[in-house]
Amino acid sequence: MAALTEQAILEGLAEIVNEETGLDTASVQLDKSFTDDLDIDSLSMMTIVVNAEEKFGVRIPDDEVKNLKTVRDAVGFIAGALV
Amino acid sequence: MTPHNEQRIVVTGLGATSPVGGTVAETWDAILDGVSGVRTMPFEWVETYQLPVKFAAMIKQSPLEVLGRVEARRLDPAGQYGLVAAREAWADAGTPQVEPERIGVVMGSGIGGVNTLLDQWDTLREKGVRRVFPLAVPMLMPNGPAAAVSLELGARAGTHTPVSACASGAEAIGLAVHMIRSGRADVVVAGGTEAAMHPMPIAGFTAMQALSTRNDDPEGASRPYDTGRDGFVLGEGAAVIVLETEAHAKARGARIYAEVSGMGMTSDAYHIAAPDPVGAGASRAMREAVSSAGLSPKDIVHINAHATSTPVGDIAESNAIRLAFGDDTDHMAVSATKSMTGHLLGAAGALETILTILAVHHRLAPATINLENFDPEISLDVVHGEHRKLPAGDIAALNNSFGFGGHNVALTIRSS
Repeated sequence: MAALTEQAILEGLAEIVNEETGLDTASVQLDKSFTDDLDIDSLSMMTIVVNAEEKFGVRIPDDEVKNLKTVRDAVGFIAGALV
Repeated sequence: MTPHNEQRIVVTGLGATSPVGGTVAETWDAILDGVSGVRTMPFEWVETYQLPVKFAAMIKQSPLEVLGRVEARRLDPAGQYGLVAAREAWADAGTPQVEPERIGVVMGSGIGGVNTLLDQWDTLREKGVRRVFPLAVPMLMPNGPAAAVSLELGARAGTHTPVSACASGAEAIGLAVHMIRSGRADVVVAGGTEAAMHPMPIAGFTAMQALSTRNDDPEGASRPYDTGRDGFVLGEGAAVIVLETEAHAKARGARIYAEVSGMGMTSDAYHIAAPDPVGAGASRAMREAVSSAGLSPKDIVHINAHATSTPVGDIAESNAIRLAFGDDTDHMAVSATKSMTGHLLGAAGALETILTILAVHHRLAPATINLENFDPEISLDVVHGEHRKLPAGDIAALNNSFGFGGHNVALTIRSS
């Protein structure tokens, strides 16, 4: 896959979050916390992770998911995994 | 008639999504118009698996007309239908303002989240363990719909899920009455839901030779009491009612449809699937339903029969009614509404309780459709051709629901 910009990853992730939670894509911003700001529970988070794996063609190990506290953490991890 | 029970339990809200209507009003209108909800199934899998049955009574209105996309995604269709019906019933009851600890939920299902179970099994085999949906278990569990309704209403008095095959929906209403009478709740939301439009359950019913195979005439396939009947028609949907004591309903100024004044619940211990041909267990349930209401068989003017359109089942129920009520059976107008709705399995008893309530409320016994050649082995006064007016004044009716496993439930509905 061609290298994706951080912006493209953010937009892709926002679509996945919208699909799972109904949250407006515009509310999915880099500094937002998945649990505190977006009110995403652990079951929804797992669905988002698996859908992100499929969309971006990366692997996000279960151990890593707990470190993805903010949208920026997730975008950063996906960008790193794509390199 | 004798005086009412001291603590009368009344019905103040109705909700349904069925093969003939997306709401109770639409469903009742269709029933009075004699509309069949049976159609040829549009699913590819009918041909893929060469199912011998090519029709069913599918839900009339998509739950997405009512539910949001995200909430629907987190529920099995059984949960979606249950929530749609519960939302309508609760609104119809005037959105009662009640302490959460005094609101109960009893929602039955025959099979539960069978679509989720089988779809997620496919996902596991085709895509691997990581693709299995994290909500698979809460979606497939039979109590999922009851829990979804409990969450929706914030109901905390207790949430229960009777699973007694095709008696589940009626059993739920019976247990809801118990729940109020025993003091555990002031208001209970009760009913049943079913969503088994999947090739596997259909194949299972086919293997039992339980389903009609009248593929050239789907609308004529569900024909209780007709000599040409050859099995039931699979239906789906949900039906929910709101129950409370009469005093509670009057205190909050609620409209009262009718009273659930008695119930009988028995089991056959005869055969895992076949009905007892003598109908001993079913007749005991009916007699108990009438006597626990403080009534006598002479008071019963209408029966919404279980009448699934199977060759043996319809006769067994007819025998059981005769056994229970003798010559008093002659003045009971019997309706077989599955001739229009098909068989909603775990939702059937709840939907038919609603139709019994409306029959008593509007004084109209619905006509059974597709009844062309009356089976001489049936000894009932079956309403057909046109719906029949029921008498004015204080009247009572019965709803019968029976299930594989030998479950018999009869509920007495009395005018209010």
